[in-house]
Amino acid sequence: MRYLVAGGLLVAIALAGLLSPYASSQPDGLERVATDHGIAEREREHALSRSPVADYAVRGVEDDRMATGLAGVLGVVLTFGVGVLLFGALKALRPRTEDG
Amino acid sequence: MHIPDGFIGAGASIGAGVVSAGGVAVALRQAARTLSERLAPLAGLVAAFVFAVQMLNFPVAAGTSGHLIGGVLAAVLVGPWAAVLCLTVVLGVQALFADGGLTALGLNVLNMGLLTALPGYGLFFVLRSALGNGRTAVVAAAGVAATLSVVIAAAAFVAEYAIGGAGEVDIATVLKAMVAVHTLIGIGEGVITALTVGAVLSVRPDLVYGAPAAARPALEIRTAT
Repeated sequence: MRYLVAGGLLVAIALAGLLSPYASSQPDGLERVATDHGIAEREREHALSRSPVADYAVRGVEDDRMATGLAGVLGVVLTFGVGVLLFGALKALRPRTEDG
Repeated sequence: MHIPDGFIGAGASIGAGVVSAGGVAVALRQAARTLSERLAPLAGLVAAFVFAVQMLNFPVAAGTSGHLIGGVLAAVLVGPWAAVLCLTVVLGVQALFADGGLTALGLNVLNMGLLTALPGYGLFFVLRSALGNGRTAVVAAAGVAATLSVVIAAAAFVAEYAIGGAGEVDIATVLKAMVAVHTLIGIGEGVITALTVGAVLSVRPDLVYGAPAAARPALEIRTAT
């Protein structure tokens, strides 16, 4: 299990760090439909649009692909950390009568 | 599929936020019961994997892309309630990257978390049973359920737009456009989900929540040391 998690995490880091800079930058399905039908005009600026990692690009990194890859790795590590903490904390909600 | 701020009005956004908060609260209790403590790192990995693959937009039509949502993938791997929590963590982290509006977080947790993982897992379960519960059945059912879950999420957006949109756009037109493009994106979702479930099944079938007992090795009884 430890090896599976370590291996899986490496795969996720590689996908986010190395492959994501080459992902399609076209609008996604929802953005496309919203643009085509005039819904997108309602969009307001994101409250965190000045975040140092806004739009999956680490600010200050010159190379676009590097900026995206770094943001991806940061996101994967952060998501894993928050996830492990959350799922570990579920113990507190577990009924005490449970065996095993 | 992430709804930005402003698309849906405040009332519908708050309503979705309340529904999502309730759903996440139920998910916390249910996941605490169904997910053994030992599997916490695995569930964290599923969330991290979903985050990574959501970055990988693939082209689906001229000038349009799509990416995995991962609700059914997570549900088959760690169970539907833990999957809701995985997607909630992913969407929360993505907000830091300015992806998906903060005021739309409830809408996005509802559409991409609750409404993919829960009905998607139900569909998966029915399909898996109908296909005979073998390993191939698990992979095929996961793929098909994943495809359908994207269409469900797309339809949910249209319902929310009908309630909380400006109303100047014909709902039937938006529904047609959303379902059409998300059927294509859903095919990508199905392929990625089937491949990933198949890969985990071939390495550690015992860790696949959605695999029936027959497809998993027998549990061994160990004495405490």
